[in-house]
Formats: sequence, structure tokens, C-alpha cells
Amino acid sequence: MSTTHSRTAGKAMLSPAVILLFLWMIVPLAMTLYFSFLHYNLLTPGTSFAGIANYQYFLTDPAFFEALGNTLAIVGGVLIITVVGGTLLALLLDQPMFGQGIVRLLFIAPFFVMPTVTALVWKNMFMNPTNGLFAWLANTLGATPIDFLGHHPLASIIMIVSWQWLPFATLILLTAMQSLDSEQIEAAEMDGASAVSRFFHIIVPHLARAGTVVILIQTIFLLSIFAEILVTTNGGPGYASTNIPYLVYMQSLLQFDVGGGSAGGIVAVVLANIVAIFLMRMVGKNLDL
Amino acid sequence: MARQVTLNRRLINTGVAWAFGILIFFPIFWTILTSFKTEAEAISLSPSLFDFDWTLENYQEVNSRSNYPRYFMNSVIIAVGSTLLGLIIAVPAAWSMAFVPSKKTRGILLWMLSTKMLPPVGVLIPIYLIFRDWGMLDSRTGLVIVLTMVNLPIIVWMLFTYFREIPGEILEAARMDGAGLKSEILYVLTPMALPGIASTLLLNVILAWNEAFWTLVLTTTKAAPLTQFIASYSSPEGLFYAKLSAASTMAIAPVLILGWFSQKQLVRGLTFGAVK
Repeated sequence: MSTTHSRTAGKAMLSPAVILLFLWMIVPLAMTLYFSFLHYNLLTPGTSFAGIANYQYFLTDPAFFEALGNTLAIVGGVLIITVVGGTLLALLLDQPMFGQGIVRLLFIAPFFVMPTVTALVWKNMFMNPTNGLFAWLANTLGATPIDFLGHHPLASIIMIVSWQWLPFATLILLTAMQSLDSEQIEAAEMDGASAVSRFFHIIVPHLARAGTVVILIQTIFLLSIFAEILVTTNGGPGYASTNIPYLVYMQSLLQFDVGGGSAGGIVAVVLANIVAIFLMRMVGKNLDL
Repeated sequence: MARQVTLNRRLINTGVAWAFGILIFFPIFWTILTSFKTEAEAISLSPSLFDFDWTLENYQEVNSRSNYPRYFMNSVIIAVGSTLLGLIIAVPAAWSMAFVPSKKTRGILLWMLSTKMLPPVGVLIPIYLIFRDWGMLDSRTGLVIVLTMVNLPIIVWMLFTYFREIPGEILEAARMDGAGLKSEILYVLTPMALPGIASTLLLNVILAWNEAFWTLVLTTTKAAPLTQFIASYSSPEGLFYAKLSAASTMAIAPVLILGWFSQKQLVRGLTFGAVK
């Protein structure tokens, strides 16, 4: 089908996107790498070669380990909640009911709310220990209100982010579930398979591909969670809710330490790549191109 | 397809599903409701559901006091601008990969997706310094460029999956009839590709509208979109619940409505056609 002529045209049409994306990736990344080997602070003039001092400093800082653990906790925690919760909710929404279209709209809505709004609304109107709705609920039930963001900052952020991403997982898994041939289920039912074994032997394998996509897309976004932390806890108290992106942001734009921040940026890139290699394998297998 | 179920079972399903739906939607509902309360009622320790004096004063105040329209316009310009610029770059690329695929196509697509794996903090400092030196900090142009590049891989992927479903036989038939490349693109492909392009546009406007990292880091006042405006409420202004709610409602309403309209395409678009 393709001629030499169309192949040349194809290349010409493809190259702007490839070149721009390549430049967008490689130029700043090379600069970050370069800065990461310099003593370079925006508050003090001049730069000097630092060797691996920035990396040493960043990687031995206790804050780094805390941030690394928090990053993994956020990604892992939100993934577990959204994938398990999403599967159960998709199972529920797949049942015959009245007004399914409207319920779907209610379920998907949080996904469209901008992260800064999500964070502020939860922080002030729900989790505030005196005026929040949770505090009112606790008081009404005769319990002591919990200072969510003060005492359980990481868990609170996981909760907020899960609320935001649960709809996405539910919607994707529901769509996948609706493509399941109901005759297969009925046949299994006739053969006397229980609801539980029908779920694990027919529905779960059918959802594997959609689940892969959900995990891939969410991981990309969850590794870089930023606004939710900035607006709710500023990474605190201490470093209790700081993740790697937030740590790098603090180091570079709040402390003006370009060298140290750059080293942190490179560490973030390496970590993301480890996750990416693993994920791309999964996707390569599950997406036919 | 639908299996026979008893009315009872259907009613139970309906009840449980609606209960969960309302629970999940509740924070948004509560925000909208609070935006119509007075500040005193909003912060009251015994909140009321509907029996309060409805007022529009929060909307008026947010609009007049903090120049809300400017933030709104910044959001529109940045979201629409970066989406259009992205489409201009991505349409030809996705087109050529879908219709003139080579051995490298698969590799290029995966590579593009992998650039999304690059955490923004990995390139934050150089972009920040380049922008500072070129006077592009807090400028809409700068943000449009950054958001275009951030969303470009997604735009290419979405378009690619839509284009690939256009059957090649139609192209060949057009060619047999003597259509040149130009008229082939203009009269045969474009009409078939428009729905895909429209959904891509819609979804990317939503993504760009809500993008928070780059807008928070690269803008302060002049070019600040709604994400930044809302973030400025974090403290101590955030304690004005009613005003915060009014501002939030105005910030999320356009995208919520767009999103509801495009929820079907959302599944296809964001999963690159892998889930149908």
C-alpha cells in the first residue's frame, strides 16, 4: 500500500513531533545531569565542580528515605485502593438497575475536579479538626474528631488521591466488564460454578488487560503527585508527607540549591525508569500495535 | 444480553449503587451547596443540608475581589492553546504512523509513551532557569509550550488509535479513482478522522485545564490559571469556606460538564483503544 512517495511524506509528517519531543526530553535532562555535578546555588554567585557530592548529600539525607518510602506508599496505596475498589464498584455498576447512566455520572465526577480544588476542599471542609464535616460527624456520634492532616498526613493524602482516581479505575474496569460475554457467565452458572469462582476464574482474567492499563496510567500520574501535597500539608509535618517530586521542588525552588535539586531530579528519573521498564514490558505484551 | 432478574434484585442493586454514587459525589455536591451559603452558615458547627438562606454573594465577591475572570481566561487560553498546538504537531505524526507504518513505528510509539514516564521534577530546574533567562516565567506563551510538550505523547497516541481504525481499503479505492495525496487527505480521510480529533481535543483540554505541577511552579500572577488561583486559597483564606466553594465550583464546572459529555471517549482515549 505504501509507495516511496508516501513513505517520504510520512517521514516528513512524523519528524516534527519526534524532534520536538526528543529536544523536550534530552536538552533539559542533559542540563539537569550537568547541574547535578555542580555546586550551584541561586543565592550565591558562581558555580564550581562538585563531583558526586550532591548525590552523596541527597542520597544520605534521611529526608530522601522518608520521601522514597512516602512515594512508594502513595503509589502502592492508591493503586491497591483504586484497583480493588474499582473492580468491586464496576461489578456493582454492571448489575441491572434503574438510572445506571446517572449513577455513572456521579461515579466519574471526581476525576474531572482539578487537584488543587480536591485538595483544598478535603483539607478544609472535610478534614479540618474543628470545622470539618468529619469532625461534625465524630462529634454527633460522640467520638473525638481526628486531626487527619496533622496526625495522619500520608494516609490522608492517600485517601484524597484515591477519591480522585477511583472513578477512573471504576470506569475503565466497568467498560471492560461490559464487553464480557454474558453467555460465558451463564454457562458457568449452569455448570454450578459459585459466584466467587465465577469472579476469580472468568471475570478477573477478562479484566487483566484493562487492569494493566489502569495501573500503567495511574502509576505515571501517581509518581508525580505534587499539587495535593503542596496545598494540604506542604510535605509536613517534618517530612511525613513529602514525596520525591516535592522534595526536589523544595530543594531547588525553595532553597535555591540547583545542584542538589538536580541530583534529586536525576534520582527521580532513575527510579521512574525502573518502574517504567517493568510497566512497558507489561504494556508491550498487552497492547497489540 | 441483559439477564432476567427479579424486580427485587434490581431494586436492591439500584439502592446500593445509588448510595455509593452519592457517597462518592458528595464532596462535590457539598462544595456546590456551600457556595450558596453565607460564611457564617458555611462554617457552622452543625451544618444544614438545604434549610439555609441561599445567597449568591460569594460568587459576586469572588468575581469582583480577586479578578476571577482573568484567571479563567488564562485557563482557557492555556488549555485550548496547548491542545491546538499539540494537535497541529500530532495530527501529521499520528497520521503517518497509522497509514504509512514502518518497522520503527512501534518503537517510536513506545518511546513517546516512555517520555511521559519522565518525572517533571527531572526537567524542572533547566526549564525554570531557561524560562527565567528568556523572561518566560509567568507568561502564557511559556505555559502553552510546556503543556503542549507534556501532553504531546498522549495526543499522538490517542490520534493514532483513532486513525488506525479507518479502513485502508477506502484509501486504496480513492487512489484507484485517481485521488492525489492532497485530495485523499482533504476529502477522504479528514471527514472520517474528525470525530477522533474532536475527542482528543476534548480530553486534552480537560487534562491541560487540570494540570497543576507546571502551572503552580511556572506562574505567579500574570499568567496564573485557575489551578494557581485556587491554590492561593490554601491559607489562611481557605477558612472562608463559602468563598472557597464558590471559586472551586466556578473552576471545576466547565471541565465537569465537558467530562460528562466525553466519558465514553475518555475510556477509549485514555486507554489508547485497549479497552472497549
